[in-house]
Amino acid sequence: MAKILVKERNVVVPGQELADGMDYLPSEGAFREGEKIFSSKLGLFNLDGRLIKVIPLGGKYIPKKNDTVIGRVTDVSPKIWRIDIGWAFDVVVPLREGSRDFIPNDADLTKYYDIGDLVVAKIINVLSPKIVDASMKLPGCRKLGVGRVIKVESSRVPRIIGKQGSMITLIKDATGCNITVGQNGLIWISGEDSKKERLAEEAIRKIEAEAHSEGLTDKINNFLKESK
Amino acid sequence: MAYTKRFDGRKFDEVREMEAKVGIIKRANGSAMFRTGKTIAIAAVYGPRELFPAFLQDPKKGKLKCLYDLLSFSVTERKRPGPSRRSTEISMVTRDCLEPVLDLTKFAYTGLDVYIYITQADAGTRAAGINAASLALADAGIPMKDLISSIAVGKVSDKIVVDLDKEEEDHKDGATDLPIAMSVRTGKLTLLQMDGNMNQTEIKKALEMGKKACEQIKEVQVKALQAKYGGAGK
Repeated sequence: MAKILVKERNVVVPGQELADGMDYLPSEGAFREGEKIFSSKLGLFNLDGRLIKVIPLGGKYIPKKNDTVIGRVTDVSPKIWRIDIGWAFDVVVPLREGSRDFIPNDADLTKYYDIGDLVVAKIINVLSPKIVDASMKLPGCRKLGVGRVIKVESSRVPRIIGKQGSMITLIKDATGCNITVGQNGLIWISGEDSKKERLAEEAIRKIEAEAHSEGLTDKINNFLKESK
Repeated sequence: MAYTKRFDGRKFDEVREMEAKVGIIKRANGSAMFRTGKTIAIAAVYGPRELFPAFLQDPKKGKLKCLYDLLSFSVTERKRPGPSRRSTEISMVTRDCLEPVLDLTKFAYTGLDVYIYITQADAGTRAAGINAASLALADAGIPMKDLISSIAVGKVSDKIVVDLDKEEEDHKDGATDLPIAMSVRTGKLTLLQMDGNMNQTEIKKALEMGKKACEQIKEVQVKALQAKYGGAGK
């Protein structure tokens, strides 16, 4: 008889036994050895049907397909832009993925995005850690204007966004700021004045610090109401 | 003269008081401190990041690089800063003992840097360094099959002891040092060195005692990792 040895949302460490028996399947952050399933990461235990998953609590951002990321343009060549998103290697945006508008083959690419510009891009292909392609064609992808950018742990991003964006909507509504969250942990905030931007930043920092605790939405809601 | 009572009053199979802390260096991707008695080691992990020189980049898996060093003020006689024959060797054995539990296949072409510094040395520094490095790697979110726990066992005069301190290492009748590192889950050793003389039965006895000590160390390590996120949970 298969059994689960850890409770939901408990902190597990590498090498910890999670389940015994063949009824469960190891997913991200877990592996099988013989009949047993072990954790391979420091994280929170999560059981989804028969799938055993460990949600990582720390570590560097690893690019995944369909992630929206914020990055800085580091290099412009005749046919590509290179963007630093905090990963070991820069990601490449080819000319044909550069914009929703048509870009002629001989265009000066610095007119679209120059070195040092902050952009929102979507990762469309991860061939190997070294070859990651991104696109700026998709909705939401653009060059970022005036605002501030803060860096948070990439593992806390799902908590900052919340279920179906509930948490980030809460902050947006309370502060009236425009906020774009990159999966790589960079967050762009732009509001009417710096006071509101600072409040949004404080709220995000609070989520980052308490990401592993429960009832966070209520806490942030109270925090935003008190600060008003 | 036989060694009947340990200098600091411990039992022969008793380890020194241990303490571990995770996440001590903010700018690192993962970091940890490990202390046994008066020996303190800190470790920081950076990466996965771009690996230089580029010819070292492996298209199959990431590369682990370790650097172990004593800080100049960590020992009684000032240690000349910079790499030495000893620190280069310990860096190498540390890397080799951590590699078997790491899964770096998802980090092809990249490098993972582990820096281990001893801020206070009282024997057993490589073991403390390995314990700290193992914690730092887990903190950095690197996939691992198990934590690595390490301890120095040995023989002082005619007695087999666990976790020697500097005073015992310098015992006038001579001492043998046998550092081990192991994955407690599988019971497999990943480091085994010996400096001195011991016969087969003595080594077997020492390894048995070392394995028990490693289990205690792992408990401390697990607690330290969970403590960073407010304990194991309900």
